[in-house]
Amino acid sequence: MFSKLFAVRKKLDSKQRIYFSILSFLTPLIIWSLISYVPFVWHPKVEITEPGDVVYFTQGMLIDREIFDREVETTRSEEKVIPQGLPANPIYLPAPHEVATALYTAFTTEPKRRSEKWLHESLWDSVQVIFWGFLISSIFGVPLGILAGTYDVFSRLFEPFVEFFRYLPAPAFGALAVAILGIHEAPKIAIIFIGTFFQQVLVISNTTRKLDPSLLEAAMTLGAKRLSLLFRVVIPGIITHLFKDLRILLGWAWTYLIVAELIGTSSGITWFITQQARYKNFDNVYAAIIIIGIIGLTTDIILATLGKKIFPWEKGTAKA
Amino acid sequence: MGKRHGESLVNKNNIMSELNLPSYLDQSEQVKDRFERMKKRPVTLQVKGLHKEFETPQGKVIALKDINFETYKREFVCVIGPSGCGKSTLIRILAGLETPTSGEVLLDGTAVTDPGPDRGMVFQGYTLFPWLTVKKNVMFGLEMAGHGNKNSEEQALQWIDLVGLSKFANSYPHQLSGGMKQRVAIARALANQPRILLMDEPFGALDAQTRAKMQSYLHEIWKNIDVTILFITHDLDEAVYLADRVLVLKAHPGEVQEVIEVPVPQPRSPDQLLSPEFLATKRRLEELIHPPEEEEGINEDKMNMVRMVDVNNEVESVF
Repeated sequence: MFSKLFAVRKKLDSKQRIYFSILSFLTPLIIWSLISYVPFVWHPKVEITEPGDVVYFTQGMLIDREIFDREVETTRSEEKVIPQGLPANPIYLPAPHEVATALYTAFTTEPKRRSEKWLHESLWDSVQVIFWGFLISSIFGVPLGILAGTYDVFSRLFEPFVEFFRYLPAPAFGALAVAILGIHEAPKIAIIFIGTFFQQVLVISNTTRKLDPSLLEAAMTLGAKRLSLLFRVVIPGIITHLFKDLRILLGWAWTYLIVAELIGTSSGITWFITQQARYKNFDNVYAAIIIIGIIGLTTDIILATLGKKIFPWEKGTAKA
Repeated sequence: MGKRHGESLVNKNNIMSELNLPSYLDQSEQVKDRFERMKKRPVTLQVKGLHKEFETPQGKVIALKDINFETYKREFVCVIGPSGCGKSTLIRILAGLETPTSGEVLLDGTAVTDPGPDRGMVFQGYTLFPWLTVKKNVMFGLEMAGHGNKNSEEQALQWIDLVGLSKFANSYPHQLSGGMKQRVAIARALANQPRILLMDEPFGALDAQTRAKMQSYLHEIWKNIDVTILFITHDLDEAVYLADRVLVLKAHPGEVQEVIEVPVPQPRSPDQLLSPEFLATKRRLEELIHPPEEEEGINEDKMNMVRMVDVNNEVESVF
């Protein structure tokens, strides 16, 4: 049983795979719950339930445990009313149930000011920034990558510069993007573009180069020339891997989102997160972060399923 | 121990010579007549003074040196030789996938420079397009030649039927066995109706049984289609069984050692594998490819075998 679980590069049976997938989400949740609900684990603060005779204590206040203990000692020795309190975690670590509630209430709570946006509106803004940034990057990046991977002349023409440019951190272009493109969506899209495009060209040209050259040779002996080699062999030959690359790159685009949204007027999910942190609604902050994760994972699962549908031969290439 | 290894090879040759076989040069009237008629056919492929050098970090390597031969219309030629004799390089030059350093290849009198559909090629590795179904794979060349979709499909289905895979026309390559994949590859190459079919160890990756079956299939196809076949192999039986003539290459540099006219009568069948003509030809190939005097050379990479079985092992000797 035990040795079977740890067999090198052998697939578990489907039931076990599901159990372990659930466990992968359950483990962090269990650790979080332990820290949140078991009083003797961590809990460095005390939430005051009864201020007693300590002047600066108020009900619901979070105070360091040491200070609380000291005040308890002082009040006891001075024979005053002893303050009461419960062990608590810092405000930045809400309990799972609080975040779970926030996942719902964050959407239903009206913004504090009329000019501010609802959570779903902020999210929609973010999704749009990602979408446009990634789309524009792909429109240029995919063809350039394929060309560079197919023809050495394009490889030499693009890749050295791209290789250099990809080391320039995208956020460094923030100020420049604002100066050129204004303070609204455009500079944010530009940052996503800069963050994605250069990686994309290199990743895709590499993928293109991995195409089995004997397929190209076979095609040539069947009479394929130049453009038909590109369109009938290279592109269909790499399309499944290309699709996987794009899924991974889309994940990278999300990591640039937070920086991008801080540029110019803060907007989208990042604006929501910073705003909520300012109000110390950390349960909402966690909720927003989790929502980003959910959106990312869901898109990826949808794309993966879509991939299986449109590339019916994919199972075979994966094996080969 | 190395000595014993050498001995066993020598023994094998001795046994074959003890068999009192006829000379591989002896041809029955029927076979002689067939070769005479064959040589009157037009020449399909002509190779003249072919020379190929590679630049390597260790210096120049001569892969092929002054190769001359020709194949006649509808002839089946096998090319055989030890590893490093440049047989793959040769077929790749014929296909136009590589350019010779000097010399030329003429197909029906026209010089070959690029790959083209007049020379179909079947590779050792599986080169079916994984994203296309069997039918679309076979249609590929036809579409490249500008046949319409409907026309290509009709023709493709005929070729698929010819290799007996009609049931799998809509399957993807990953759903086929190795032998089936190579049959599709043959159909795909033949669909272009090439002047010559170049086959680079096409059955090398198949198991012995499938291989034998594929050899019969191939012969069956060759008998019924107007095509010349040039077939590369390192398997002596395969060469003798399939070929009208066998082109024997030697290594370092790759040169034509001998062109053998196989005296085994056509059409071939597996029963002939033990016929005197077959064995005589095989013995000759054996001599050419593993010459006895080179046994000394083999000692350089012999195994340093020492007895590693315990003295008290219950099995005293495996013999």
